[in-house]
Amino acid sequence: MKISMTVNGKPVSAEVEARTLLVTFIRENLRLTGTHVGCDTSQCGACTIHLNGRAVKSCNILAMQAEGADIVTIEGLAKADGTLHPMQEAFREHHGLQCGFCTPGMVMSAVDLVKNHPNPSEETIRAELDGNLCRCTGYHNIVKAVKAASAKM
Amino acid sequence: MYAFNYQNPKSVADAAAALSKGGDAKLLAGGQSLIAAMKLRLSAPTDLIDLGGIKELSGIKVEGNNISIGAMTRHAEVARSKEVQAKIPALASLAGGIGDRMVRNMGTIGGSLAHNDPVADYPAGVLGLNATVHTNKRKIAADDFFKGMFETALAAGEIIVSVSFPVPKRAAYIKFKNPASRYAIVGVLAAETASGVRVAVTGAASSVFRVAAMEKALAAKWSADAVAGISVPADKLNSDLHASAEYRAHLITVMARRAVEAAK
Ligand SMILES: Cc1cc2nc3c(=O)[nH]c(=O)nc-3n(C[C@H](O)[C@H](O)[C@H](O)COP(=O)(O)OP(=O)(O)OC[C@H]3O[C@@H](n4cnc5c(N)ncnc54)[C@H](O)[C@@H]3O)c2cc1C
Ligand code: FES
Ligand code: FES
Repeated sequence: MKISMTVNGKPVSAEVEARTLLVTFIRENLRLTGTHVGCDTSQCGACTIHLNGRAVKSCNILAMQAEGADIVTIEGLAKADGTLHPMQEAFREHHGLQCGFCTPGMVMSAVDLVKNHPNPSEETIRAELDGNLCRCTGYHNIVKAVKAASAKM
Repeated sequence: MYAFNYQNPKSVADAAAALSKGGDAKLLAGGQSLIAAMKLRLSAPTDLIDLGGIKELSGIKVEGNNISIGAMTRHAEVARSKEVQAKIPALASLAGGIGDRMVRNMGTIGGSLAHNDPVADYPAGVLGLNATVHTNKRKIAADDFFKGMFETALAAGEIIVSVSFPVPKRAAYIKFKNPASRYAIVGVLAAETASGVRVAVTGAASSVFRVAAMEKALAAKWSADAVAGISVPADKLNSDLHASAEYRAHLITVMARRAVEAAK
């Protein structure tokens, strides 16, 4: 089937099978491999992207469900000149990652979190990030990073 | 996932027509339950009819003393809705407690009800608040809608269009969630509605159910103490690795008490 959407500001289109998952389309057709697949069962949040401004798990959505949509992946967050998004900068500053596998999903989810809860409390951050699993950090520095970024967004 | 034909109708009438074309066609709403099942090959429809492009299916409307929620309205929209927060805060908080924020950004009320997962939250909201499910063919009262595990009164080819919730005098939903999946181990919605007191329990048995003894006690006196001594027999409740039937029975009373307390 023919599919078209805007990804990180650029129009893209391709011929895909209807059963293609959005994450497969992003990683394999578009070669944007910053979006990770941790579980493939919609538990871990590593595949989180923005679909028309809402954070969603791209492993649990068909590419066809994003027909005509505006998609932002982790690659689309920094400015064209390489300046990091405040959330990315805060993750770096506060050591909010270790292996980095969960990080693209964490950052995309956290950006959506702060958009909906400006100036979130630590409790809100912990509750609202519960769809993103991290095996390394124990979350503490992630929470600090989100809190710090929220002041700058 | 097995291959299927994908269709993207623009109206409920077109979706109904596509659904009745034969084959094993299925509706796709948010996909948060269905796509997972298709990946596991537990579900293998020949045709998938995506409701995502049908504008008339989404949105929240206040109609007199009712709030009508379109079938494709996402959990996050219900949780954030100023109208729902003001008139039925129990429903806004129920929707805001489903899964995680990414699931709430995709999952829909229609999909959740049609799926009727025994551990889902919305069934308790619909049954406890005495809502009415509107389909493309008829209206179904909450008491007639939930038929058993993953089973509803929906006929083949029937599409949920909206759900209408009468504004209760007071209501609260409290769930004891599974910390990994966020689904309800036990969730209780207690409400005083125009049609009487209702107590609906999800997560505990093969499908959502009401507790008549608690309703009667609360009708006499709305207080947490009124339900504290009432328990549901464990013999029809679920036992699994998360909780035994006895523990679920215990939780029903505790969640009911808390819900009554919260519904001031
Ligand atoms: C990680 C995770 C955690 C979750 N946690 C919870 C939780 O805590 N509580 C909870 O309640 N749920 C939870 N869910 C389920 C979630 O709420 C789903 O959104 C919901 O069960 C299904 O809604 P959907 O819109 O995604 O429907 P889909 O998956 O698209 O469809 C589900 C079924 O409903 C049918 N259907 C869809 N729309 C209609 C319609 N309008 N008319 C008739 N039939 C229709 C479909 O054909 C399909 O059979 C969770 C899901 C995930 C992935
Ligand atoms: S890969 Fe999508 S949620 Fe884990
Ligand atoms: S940093 Fe390794 S999984 Fe989160």
